[in-house]
Amino acid sequence: MIRINKHFMTLLFAASFFIPKMVFASELNQANTAWVLTSTALVLFMTIPGLSLFYGGLVRSKNVLSVLMQCFAITCVVSILWLAGGYSLIFSDGGIWQDWIGGTSKAFLPHINTTDLIGDIPETVYFMFQMTFAIITPALIVGGFAERMKFSSMLWFSSLWLIFVYLPICHWIWGGGWLAKLGVMDFAGGIVIHVNAGVAALVSALVLGKRKGFPHVAMPPHNMTMVVTGAGMLWVGWFGFNGGSALTSDGHAGMAILVTHIGAATGSLTWMIIEWYRFGKPSMLGIVTGMVAGLGTITPASGFVGPLGGFIIGLVAGVVCFYATQIIKRKFKIDDSLDVFPVHGVGGVIGSLLTAVFAATEFGGLGLSQGVSISQQMGIQAIAILATVIWSGTFSYLILKLIDNFIGLRVTSDEEVQGLDIALHEETGYHSL
Amino acid sequence: MKLITAIIKPFKMDDVREALSEIGVAGVTATEVKGFGRQKGHTELYRGAEYVVDFLPKVKLEIAVADNVVDKAVETIVKAANTGKIGDGKIFVSNLEQVIRIRTGETGEEAI
Repeated sequence: MIRINKHFMTLLFAASFFIPKMVFASELNQANTAWVLTSTALVLFMTIPGLSLFYGGLVRSKNVLSVLMQCFAITCVVSILWLAGGYSLIFSDGGIWQDWIGGTSKAFLPHINTTDLIGDIPETVYFMFQMTFAIITPALIVGGFAERMKFSSMLWFSSLWLIFVYLPICHWIWGGGWLAKLGVMDFAGGIVIHVNAGVAALVSALVLGKRKGFPHVAMPPHNMTMVVTGAGMLWVGWFGFNGGSALTSDGHAGMAILVTHIGAATGSLTWMIIEWYRFGKPSMLGIVTGMVAGLGTITPASGFVGPLGGFIIGLVAGVVCFYATQIIKRKFKIDDSLDVFPVHGVGGVIGSLLTAVFAATEFGGLGLSQGVSISQQMGIQAIAILATVIWSGTFSYLILKLIDNFIGLRVTSDEEVQGLDIALHEETGYHSL
Repeated sequence: MKLITAIIKPFKMDDVREALSEIGVAGVTATEVKGFGRQKGHTELYRGAEYVVDFLPKVKLEIAVADNVVDKAVETIVKAANTGKIGDGKIFVSNLEQVIRIRTGETGEEAI
């Protein structure tokens, strides 16, 4: 380690001669780098295999591979798009367009060097860490259109959605865009990821329509063991998601993980208790759904609130997301197949609003910006949520309609009955004999 | 020769197999099946969506026996598989025309 440090210092020293005007933000911090490297792996692990298994278990056995395939292909496609300009359009300077979108100077990372830093971690690490967030967001939307979308249309949708929805919104909030300037607080993606993906999933469910037979035909999860395995991986991976977003290996990351964990545990128990009370029995699917609700809801708040905030946000998440799920499914009969909107979308909204409350020091938080009151911050949060809902809703709709016009969105009725695994991929998840 | 087909509760399979071994019945084929009778189905609840499950899991046993063993075998199965609750299952007995042991080519009761 000392040798690497020496080597690095020599480079830094040499560089200072050749580029006398170059200003180094700070030196490489190896502890921070190690933690963000670890977090990068944890967040990728959330999508493959965490979310894949979670979603795969929730669908019927004839569609298990289609969902795994969608998550896997999205991972690959988003990675390439990320290199080809996704990263650049969020995190490089957009000049006069900076309020809305970044620039293209970092497309394909033309001059990237191992010694380039963002803050005090290598840019390569920062690039990879942020990429894992861009991967999981379109993967979350899969739950809205599961079991009925054509694979080719899904690829088009995920790619165009990443470009026209994820990139601008992420830039507005994390890339120094207009919402960042306004002072929005979204620590790890309550708005950028959960509100955004939740709205897109709801729009997908509405545009594609219900699965054949919904809601009269039974479509229970085909493998609950798989669901719980995936859920466990999501919980663990979320430590990287929220803890890693501190970009430092210190008490900030520690506090983020602490509140994340409390939020998950509280959300799980809340959902379990409501279900127990209302339906007579506590269910495994209920407790893990409460976990996802708690985690999604604490995400925007995770770097700003204290343990009390984590507890109350988890509690509210469990209650609100539970009833949101019932309303979407039972009252409106919308086939958001794996409940992405009521869990992620609604969770993201309430978490982002409550961030304004529980970030305040009087509620045990780490403090709002100087001179900003809770209600002012709440207003800023509401603007960011509203902007995201409108943008994501509108563009998701337009992209889906465009694809529908050219190649169609849904598989044929026969293919849907047969199952997407055989119809689209010519393989099956399970064999007997 | 008779073919005994017994539909029983899955967790009673080991009891039945043991009881049959005790009376010298050595060959049983078991299949996991689903079905319903008077027990009807039950409901399952997933995130508040209620499904009625009509078909319940059962185990189907197929046992070929000589004519003089059939009554004893049926009596044994009834005793071992009985819980007294609805859904214990049924036993069907049918005539069996021929039995052949593949390895040796033996036929009839010799092959059972």
